[in-house]
Amino acid sequence: MNRIIFGDNQFFGVNHMSEEKARAQAMRFQDTAAVIEVLDDAYAEGVTAFMCTTHERIAEVCDHVRANAERYPDFEFFPCMPYAHKYANAAAELGILGALRSFLPEENRLGALMRGGMSMARKDVEGLASLLIDAEMKMFRGLRTPVIFLQNVATDFLLGLGFDEAFQIFASCVRTRYGAEPGFITMNAPLLLRRLTKLGIANPIICANINKIGFRMCGGMEAYEELCTSGHCRLIAMSVFASGAVAPREALQYVCKFPRVESIVFGASSRRNIAHTKKLIDELSVTSR
Amino acid sequence: MIRAAIVGTGKMGLSHQSIFRAHPDVALEAICDTSTYVLDVLSKYTGVRTYTDYAKMLDEVPLDCVVVATPSRYHAEVVRAALDRGLHTFCEKPFGLAPEVGYELAALAEQKKLVNQVGYHYRFVATFAEAKRLLDLGAVGRVHHVRIEAYGPVVVRPKGSTWRSRKTEGGGCLFDYACHAIDLVAYLVGPPVGVAGTVLNSVFSEDVEDEVYSTLKFSDRLYGQLSANWSDESYRKMSVRLTFWGTNGRMNVDRQELQVYLRDAAGAPEGLKQGWNIRYTTELTSPVWFYVRGEEYSAQVEHFIECIKTGSASLSNFRTAADTVKVAAMMRKDAGTSFSNAAKQGEPTPERRDATRSKRSLLSSLLKRS
Repeated sequence: MNRIIFGDNQFFGVNHMSEEKARAQAMRFQDTAAVIEVLDDAYAEGVTAFMCTTHERIAEVCDHVRANAERYPDFEFFPCMPYAHKYANAAAELGILGALRSFLPEENRLGALMRGGMSMARKDVEGLASLLIDAEMKMFRGLRTPVIFLQNVATDFLLGLGFDEAFQIFASCVRTRYGAEPGFITMNAPLLLRRLTKLGIANPIICANINKIGFRMCGGMEAYEELCTSGHCRLIAMSVFASGAVAPREALQYVCKFPRVESIVFGASSRRNIAHTKKLIDELSVTSR
Repeated sequence: MIRAAIVGTGKMGLSHQSIFRAHPDVALEAICDTSTYVLDVLSKYTGVRTYTDYAKMLDEVPLDCVVVATPSRYHAEVVRAALDRGLHTFCEKPFGLAPEVGYELAALAEQKKLVNQVGYHYRFVATFAEAKRLLDLGAVGRVHHVRIEAYGPVVVRPKGSTWRSRKTEGGGCLFDYACHAIDLVAYLVGPPVGVAGTVLNSVFSEDVEDEVYSTLKFSDRLYGQLSANWSDESYRKMSVRLTFWGTNGRMNVDRQELQVYLRDAAGAPEGLKQGWNIRYTTELTSPVWFYVRGEEYSAQVEHFIECIKTGSASLSNFRTAADTVKVAAMMRKDAGTSFSNAAKQGEPTPERRDATRSKRSLLSSLLKRS
């Protein structure tokens, strides 16, 4: 995996610290051209992996990259699914079953319809999951997606329920249908790793908050640091700046020293910030270890 | 281990199931719903025991506590059944639809010394808890006005097929959405004693209101205004924001940020200076043992379990929830009468009546013709 992965929270009005800041970002990036401009900056700085939710506007970014393939020979998408608010809002409006139905493929393909109808009727989660994954992955057709992630709300919800088979279903579907590695985003990394290990999902890719102040690191700093030092997993650190609560150098110094942290995902809105963060990561990855 | 069961497997029931089951001191013994589809999937994949009849479940399964996450109109019936069997009870908000029933259930739970809690999770958001601490310390002086705003994208199209779009089942922005804001302001400065000028307006829904506006009276010296609109698509998710004006300054608070302006910092709580003070959720939020969708959802469950263990009263209990439902009921009543009274007050005097008579007769003849 790439050492540095570019994130997408800043593009969609997600900011864990300030609603005003989130709104300002949503305004700035409401035109997808503004998103692409920042992605181009990142690409020019050598940050070629883009971790993104399956938000409908990402489809426009995908179209752009497909249409200009020669400009992006190394561009890779790391999709994260499902886009949870879409499902939560639909569940409130249509009920759980209605929401599920509304996201199954609509196209008049007999195979998909049969697969959907039969899976619904038989309560066959594997069949349903593969359809929902297909629906989310449609926008990435023809693009490189080396790792496909289960979004944290889904991972943690299933983890709490004890719906363990879902992790195996997701992993095998992503491997067999997309030739990609499964990844799991979580706010409960130590618990998740124990569960995945028990299920036989060896050395999994886990993306979790890893920051100096312990923000959203459930299970405690100690368990996280143990994971980062010697856990049998490949970690992607997110929220390393804790939405700006930790200063950049200090934040990256903390995370770069851990041997199990393979990648760092961060979001930024300006080329200057991207370049600065990349330079710090490159430098500290050598000196902090 | 504390043995728990959950009634209702909708959005909130499932969320509770994940959080309760992850709690190290809780054994989730059974779940119940009238719809068997979700039950069958959960039973097949998680092995949980399932029931379609809650009374049967409560009779058959040895339990310590129950979570009630049914549509609002069934809250009272299921809560009563749980209390009658001596079970600690967590009920989803709003906590029924009739305040008198809410108070009766509160009295029953108190008399039986059972822990009773309602899922008003904003009380467990760190920034609001800090706002309460500062208000109780009198940081902004005597509060004389409060503005409460709640906006989000729940109903953004003219359709909807669940109980949330039916008035008789507790749907609508007032009981299903604005109640969060009412409860939160009641937690911070006490419940309002009167309401006036309430507007319940529909934007997209046929049977229920999508926005709520009301003027609140807390005391002779403290008033407030509430705006709630669940048809605002410009928000990614529900956003609740409160603004307090006091004799020594002002406080803005939402789930992420607390901004306090102090005119004078002499005698202010430690750490606050004159002018603006800003604190963020990242520094205020305490870690939880398990996170699914916001620390507050885990924190309220942790609090409920702690109250059972220690025999203490919940900070979001049946009585405070009944207070909230009472204010919502006052708003519904006020909305029906407020503008008919206002119309009377605005009626023209005899002289003005003469002046408008000709216009009116013209209008009425036009109306009759059409």
